[in-house]
Amino acid sequence: MLAFVIRRVFQSVIVLLVVGLVAFSLFRFVGDPVENMLGQERTQADIDRLRAQLGLDQPFPVQYWRFLQNAADGNFGMSYRQGRPVTDLLIERAPATLELAFVSGLFALAGGIVLGIYTAIRKRGWLANFIMTASLIGVSLPTFLIGILLIWIFAVELGWLPSFGRGETVRIGWWTTGFLTESGLKALILPSITLGLYQMTLIMRLVRSEMLEVLRQDYIRFARARGLSERAVNFGHALKNTLVPVITVTGLQLGSIIAFAIITETVFQWPGVGLLFINAVQFVDIPVMAAYLMLISVMFVGINLIVDLLYVAIDPRLRADRAAAAK
Amino acid sequence: MNAIRRALDSDLGHSFRHSPVTIVAAFFVVVLFAGAIFAPLIAPYSPFDPATLNLMNGFTPPMEPNAFTGETFWLGTDDQGRDVFSAILYGMRISLFVGFAAVLLALILGVVAGLVAGYVGGWFDTVIMRVADVQLTFPSILVAMLIFGIAKGLTPPDMRDQMAIWVLIVSIGLSDWVQFARVVRGATLVERGKEYVQAARLIGRSPGAIMFRHVLPNVMSPVLVIATIGLALAIIAEATLSFLGVGAPPTQPSLGTLIRIGQGYLFSGEWWILFFPAMTLLVLALSVNLLGDWLREALNPRLR
Repeated sequence: MLAFVIRRVFQSVIVLLVVGLVAFSLFRFVGDPVENMLGQERTQADIDRLRAQLGLDQPFPVQYWRFLQNAADGNFGMSYRQGRPVTDLLIERAPATLELAFVSGLFALAGGIVLGIYTAIRKRGWLANFIMTASLIGVSLPTFLIGILLIWIFAVELGWLPSFGRGETVRIGWWTTGFLTESGLKALILPSITLGLYQMTLIMRLVRSEMLEVLRQDYIRFARARGLSERAVNFGHALKNTLVPVITVTGLQLGSIIAFAIITETVFQWPGVGLLFINAVQFVDIPVMAAYLMLISVMFVGINLIVDLLYVAIDPRLRADRAAAAK
Repeated sequence: MNAIRRALDSDLGHSFRHSPVTIVAAFFVVVLFAGAIFAPLIAPYSPFDPATLNLMNGFTPPMEPNAFTGETFWLGTDDQGRDVFSAILYGMRISLFVGFAAVLLALILGVVAGLVAGYVGGWFDTVIMRVADVQLTFPSILVAMLIFGIAKGLTPPDMRDQMAIWVLIVSIGLSDWVQFARVVRGATLVERGKEYVQAARLIGRSPGAIMFRHVLPNVMSPVLVIATIGLALAIIAEATLSFLGVGAPPTQPSLGTLIRIGQGYLFSGEWWILFFPAMTLLVLALSVNLLGDWLREALNPRLR
């Protein structure tokens, strides 16, 4: 068990170091930072002095080490385009993305479990069939088209909901929240559905297939034979046993939600981290790109690690397998 | 005629004839591909030649004569008086070109990496599969965006618009090779132990010849399936990137770029500038996807 944990943590650190190397190489080889900082009227002496000052005359591994130290301190330098520290930009934008991800994750989880149970219990019903077919088409639709479709219906034709931005936000310390105003809550609806729809179909299909699997088991038949109500069988006995894989998949999807937020944020001009990143790619703003790359990989690797460890902690069979494999 | 009859009588042909959805999907794929390939012959206008554009024709609704010039356009015109139908045909050409080229790149990279990793094994296998694992951790659209950003930074600013299409192909191709590599590696591991490979080794054929002449043909059928589904994914990835403004430039608009342009006119009521490119993308991606699904089931005897 311990050997597995150590090996898994070690692997994660290696992955992060490699991603850090990519991010660092961005700084080092894409465009010349000295060129970016000095104006037209520069002499060779100026260039050399700045190089020494920035530490660019040091050997590559030394520079990489200093980059890692800075990154660990949360220091990614200044944005080329906005002239402000990247860390400030990220902190300013983070609440918008996190609130959006939270609401759409909740929507995906709640909607996916409810629809999954329904389609499993009423396997032959016309509504269940309709939901399954609709989910197939939904998976083939690109995210941005879903967003545009929702804007068209609910913002342009019906005029019920706003089509862009976060609405009014309330400041609590450094965090800005849209949860406390009516316009802020309204503004959350369409982006959350756009972002969560794909994950919802995923969770729905998973819950459905797990549920169908569990409902075939002997203990369910026995529960029915004891005369338990249909409801007690479905929710008390069957549902509980489908939830472990659902929680795992949801955990793994959390990272994808943040990554796909880039698309949703662009469609709805949502002032989050994803929009910041896509603008950085458009204008080749390397410090922002590098910082986003580091941030997202820490998140992805972290989530993967936690899910893997939880899996082993929860499921004793896996523990036995790993122990046997390690010997 | 005989060849066609034989094709229809084969296993594949049989399952094709008995799947109406697949026939409809194949019909759309053929029509759309033909439209893209023969765009210069079919398109009534040449939408990106400034000499033929008339700004007076801007915002003409579909099937209605323009208020000033009296000209009629099937699917209307955009803000600059470009015929939407012609723009879609040319845009599809770019979307499909990028899609095919990206899948081809991913296929070549993935198949070679998978074959060598599976046949030779050793440290090469370990390294390749580790890289594949790490890349799989991240969604491929994110990987494509990052590669696009890096490649854009590496090209000189005045070349960026011309290079955009190629950069796009490389970023989507590099983000999709893992699927091919994993499947080919798995299949190669199975094939490696078979007698024909041992026989080829005994008569002294070189490892390269065994891999590409003998093993490769036997691992191609799953590759074909992944390539078809990969084409649909690549078309969607290209459209997404172009829609986000990190893909095909407005001077060479793909379907995604057209949708990006059209989104701006949604609120002022010029719905056709957005609607027709979006529908084309949808039908194209869905049809290719359905064909891929059918191919997967038809080529995999276990699913029958």
